[in-house]
Amino acid sequence: MEVPILKQGDFLIATVQAALTDADLLHFRTALIQQVVRCRSRGVIVDLTSLDVMDSFASRTLRDIAEMIRLRGAETVIVGIQPEVAFAMVQLGLKLENVTTALDLDEGLAHLGLKSTSGA
Amino acid sequence: MRNIQVVENEIQVPINSDQDIVTARQKGRSLAITLGFSSADAILIATAISELARNIVTYARRGEVLLTTIHKSARTGIQLVARDSGPGIPDVNLALRDGFSTSGSLGLGLPGVKRLVDEFECISEVGRGTTVIARKWKL
Repeated sequence: MEVPILKQGDFLIATVQAALTDADLLHFRTALIQQVVRCRSRGVIVDLTSLDVMDSFASRTLRDIAEMIRLRGAETVIVGIQPEVAFAMVQLGLKLENVTTALDLDEGLAHLGLKSTSGA
Repeated sequence: MRNIQVVENEIQVPINSDQDIVTARQKGRSLAITLGFSSADAILIATAISELARNIVTYARRGEVLLTTIHKSARTGIQLVARDSGPGIPDVNLALRDGFSTSGSLGLGLPGVKRLVDEFECISEVGRGTTVIARKWKL
C-alpha cells in the first residue's frame, strides 16, 4: 500500500491511509526522502490519523525518517496520532523523541508556517 | 493456565512475512471488537500481536499466532499464543527485564508486550523454539 505524498508550497504532506507492512514503511521512507530532495521542501507533515497500530518497527522508521529529513535541513511534524495509539505506544515503551508532533493537519501546517515566516 | 474453562473461536495465523504481521494484528483487533473490547483495548491487543509476530519473523523466520476467545467465571478475554521453532531465548528472565529491549532496534520488546496485557508467560528452549502466551480480559 503506497502512502500518497502531496506537495503544498514548500511543504510535503504524506497521509498514511491504511495498515502498512514493514516493506511499505521502508518504501515510504525512501519515497519521502526522495521527494524532500526533489522539491527542496522545508517541512514535511506525516499524517497518522488513520493509523491504528504503531509498533516498534513503525515507530523506529518514523524516527529515522524525521532524522533524515532534519539532516537535510527540513523539519518533520507528525500529526494525528490517535489517543488509543498514543496510549499503546507509551505502554509498550515506544518514544518519538526529537520528533515534533501536532494535533492535526491544521496545527501541523500552522507550526511549519510560523517557523518559515519567522525566518529562522 | 488456571481455571480457563472454555476456549472457542480459535483463529490461526501462520507467520512467515511482514505481511502476515499485519494480517495477524488485524484479525486480533477485529476479534477484540467483536467480543466487545473497547477500541483502546483492541488497539493494545493488536499492538501486542504485532510485536509478538514481529519477533517470530525477526528471530525464527516462521511460526504462528493463535487467537482464542477465553472465559473465566463471567469474564471474557482473548488469548494470544505466538509460537515458533526458532533458536529460542537463552535467558528468558533477562529478555523479560525492562531496559533489555523496548524501543531500540535490539531486543525482543517482551517487557513492553507484557505491559499491554493482563497475563503473560514466555516459555523458551534454546534450539527448540519459543512460545509466548498473553491474555487480555475485557473490563
